[in-house]
Parts: sequence; C-alpha cells; structure tokens
Amino acid sequence: MALDKAGWTRDQMAARAAQELEDGFYVNLGIGIPTLVANHIPDGINVTLQSENGMLGMGPFPTEDEVDADLINAGKQTITTLPKSSFFDSATSFAMIRGGHIDLSILGAMEVSENGDIANWMIPGKMVKGMGGAMDLVAGVKRCIALFDHTNKRGESKFIKACTLPLTGQNCIHMVVTDLGVFDRKSGQARFRLRELAPGIDLEEVRSKTEADVIWS
Amino acid sequence: MSKIYQTASDAMAGLCKDGVTVMSGGFGLCGIPENLIAAMRDSGAKDLTVISNNAGVDGFGLGQLLETKQVKKMISSYVGENKEFERQYLGGELELEFNPQGTLAERIRAGGAGIPGFYTKTGVGTLIAEGKEHKDFPNSNGDVETFILETGLKADVTIIKAWKGDAEGNLIFKATARNFSPMMATAGTVTVAEVDEIVPVGSLDPNFIHTPGIFVQRIVQAKCEKRIEQRTVREG
Repeated sequence: MALDKAGWTRDQMAARAAQELEDGFYVNLGIGIPTLVANHIPDGINVTLQSENGMLGMGPFPTEDEVDADLINAGKQTITTLPKSSFFDSATSFAMIRGGHIDLSILGAMEVSENGDIANWMIPGKMVKGMGGAMDLVAGVKRCIALFDHTNKRGESKFIKACTLPLTGQNCIHMVVTDLGVFDRKSGQARFRLRELAPGIDLEEVRSKTEADVIWS
Repeated sequence: MSKIYQTASDAMAGLCKDGVTVMSGGFGLCGIPENLIAAMRDSGAKDLTVISNNAGVDGFGLGQLLETKQVKKMISSYVGENKEFERQYLGGELELEFNPQGTLAERIRAGGAGIPGFYTKTGVGTLIAEGKEHKDFPNSNGDVETFILETGLKADVTIIKAWKGDAEGNLIFKATARNFSPMMATAGTVTVAEVDEIVPVGSLDPNFIHTPGIFVQRIVQAKCEKRIEQRTVREG
C-alpha cells in the first residue's frame, strides 16, 4: 500500500515560498521549482516578475495562437506580456539585479550551507551547465530564498555545514524552504532558525536530515 | 557607401578569418543571427573565440560551429542545452570561460564604451574571482564590501539579429530577442546585423531606435527559422 509522502510537494514548496511575496515587490524566479511560485501569488498581492533575459512584467504562458519565438523567459519557455510589461537589453536587466533594484530572488540549490553560501551551477568533472544569472542574483538582490529538496537521491542532507561544490555566492541566502520545512535568519551574521515544519514532519526527522548547525527552538 | 548586403555570405565576406574573436547575439535560440552563423560555418574559418551567452543547441545556432570544430574557445554564461559542447569541453577539446550573465553583459557594454574594467560584487568568493584583483569599497550603510575587477570585452566581428533596420544601420529589436545584441553592436570592430525586414531610411521613429547606425557596418535582410526551445502553452 502506498502511503502519502509526508512533507511538501514541489507545488506546496512553491506555495510556501509565495507567502514571502509582498505587495509592490519586483521578483526574479529561478528555473525549476521556483518558476511554480508564479502560480501561487496570494490574492491582493501585486508583484512584478522580472525575467533576466530582458523583461519586466512577465505574463502567463501563451495560448497556441499567441506563441511568439521572440518572447521567452529565462528558462527559454514561451510567455506573454501584460499591460505593464517592458523589454530591455541584458545590461539594463542586470543593472536591475546588480544595482539592488530587485526585492526578492527565489532560486533552486544543489547545496546551501549554514552560513548562507549557495552552490547551484556546476559539479566538477560531471556537469557543466554554467551559472547563467545566478551569481549576479545572489550578489545583488536584496533578499534571496533557496528552494530545494532537503536531501539528495541518496538521502544525504543538502543543507550542510559547508558547501562541497563550487559556490554560486557567499553568505547570501536569507531563507531556506525545503520539502521538510522553513528556516530563516535575520541578517548575514545570524544563524538559521527553524521557523516551521511541513505537515507530517516531526522535529526529529528534520534534525536527522540536516547537517547544518541551526537553531531548533 | 551602402551598408546593405544581399546575402548573409556576402555580408560576412572578408570577416571570417582563422583565429578571430566573434560576438554573437541571442539568449538561448531567441534572437540569434541564424544566417550569419551559417555563413561563418560555411566559410570554414577555424580557431574562433566566440563570445555568446549560450552555445546554441546540438546542430543549430552556434551548435553548428561546435560540430565542425571551428571553435577554439567559448566565453558564455550557460551552456546546459548542448551535449556536444559538454562532450568537447569535458574531453579537453574546447576552452571555456564561464562568465556570470550580468558580468558578461557589463564586460561587453564596457568594451564597447571604451571602459577597460570595472569592479563588481558578482562572483566574490567563487571560482570566478580567482586570480582577479579584489578591492574594498564602502556601501551605503558605511560597511566595507569586497569587489572584483572585471575587464571590458571587444570583438573583431559582431554578428547580431534585429527586427527592423535601415540602410543607415539603425536597428530596432523585438521583445526578448534584444538581449545582448545592443551591447555587442558597440563592441565589435565590424558589426553585421541580419534583420527580418529592411525598411526605408526615415520610416523608423528616431525616438524608438534601439541601436543607432554608427554601431552597425553591414546589414542584410534574411529569413530566420526562429526555433523554439521550450514551447510552453496554456489552454486557450
């Protein structure tokens, strides 16, 4: 008999991260689970999504008739405009990101460390994809949330003492949302604190699956 | 002297020399100069250094130049869509310099504007920072932050794709197909633009020109396939 898996699904993780959105925010969503955050923007909260390939005010996916090869998001998916949309070149786009004009970045991670380092762009000798805009985002955006599965396929913690993979950025993650719970910290000097557990997850399970030294109470 | 050329290969004539540095516009397959890349491939020029955010996909876009082993080195931010690229790189056949996307855009902008270098926070504490000058600056809170020196980039040849252009070389781009092309136009010794449509001089509103003609030396009208990587649709 298959039991329902405890903890959050990818969609529920995205919904939980969406609770961090505030009215008027300019937000950049990374590829993968973070993209799903757009489906869970709370009622009454008006945010503008930035796509780093050159667009503010990203609209929904197009209908078959609306598909335009010249209009894509940073994940190379076809998208649409909204009445408020604007287009710009890559230097202007990264002036928004590097200049501190974007309020929130939600991105995926392979590893996050207890001091807020993140690794998400390469596995030496195995995977060469590149960092794209991720290094700029974590260096320049006011607040960064990492959204990832708490453990890897072998059951090992991905929220760890120190990253083993090449870093994307140092001391830049302010909140961690995984399938098991939410952790956050006040500033770049503070330790992460467990803020909430996903449904069906108890403290002992999260503790046993977390290598990072965090405040549990 | 007219800037208009009749075919992509005419527009690239004399520019495809072994060992040149080429900037190529586009993000993914969006806004890539398909016909000028094909002309570069057909020229057989080799040992190219190619500066482009991505490396195309297998068999299309810059992927064509990788298959024919014409590329010696790529400067890119993301190459995850190209298996042949990964194979050549992991096999040591291809040099690769990863640049964060914003650093790449700014290096090109700087190169085209005569700025030899600039400091940025992007990449501090990562592999990208190794061997680069570090310098501390105070931030708006009065705290000291560390930055790294990045240098401007230039190219012997820039190839870009625009929506509309005129005989003066004035260009406008469509939607997110603009991306790196306006900066690349400024950073090439010779910039060649392929456009969906060449329009009469005077028909583009000067208020809405994205790239002024001074940055464009050659222009050609060409039909693009405009392949889509991730066709994502919702129910109508």
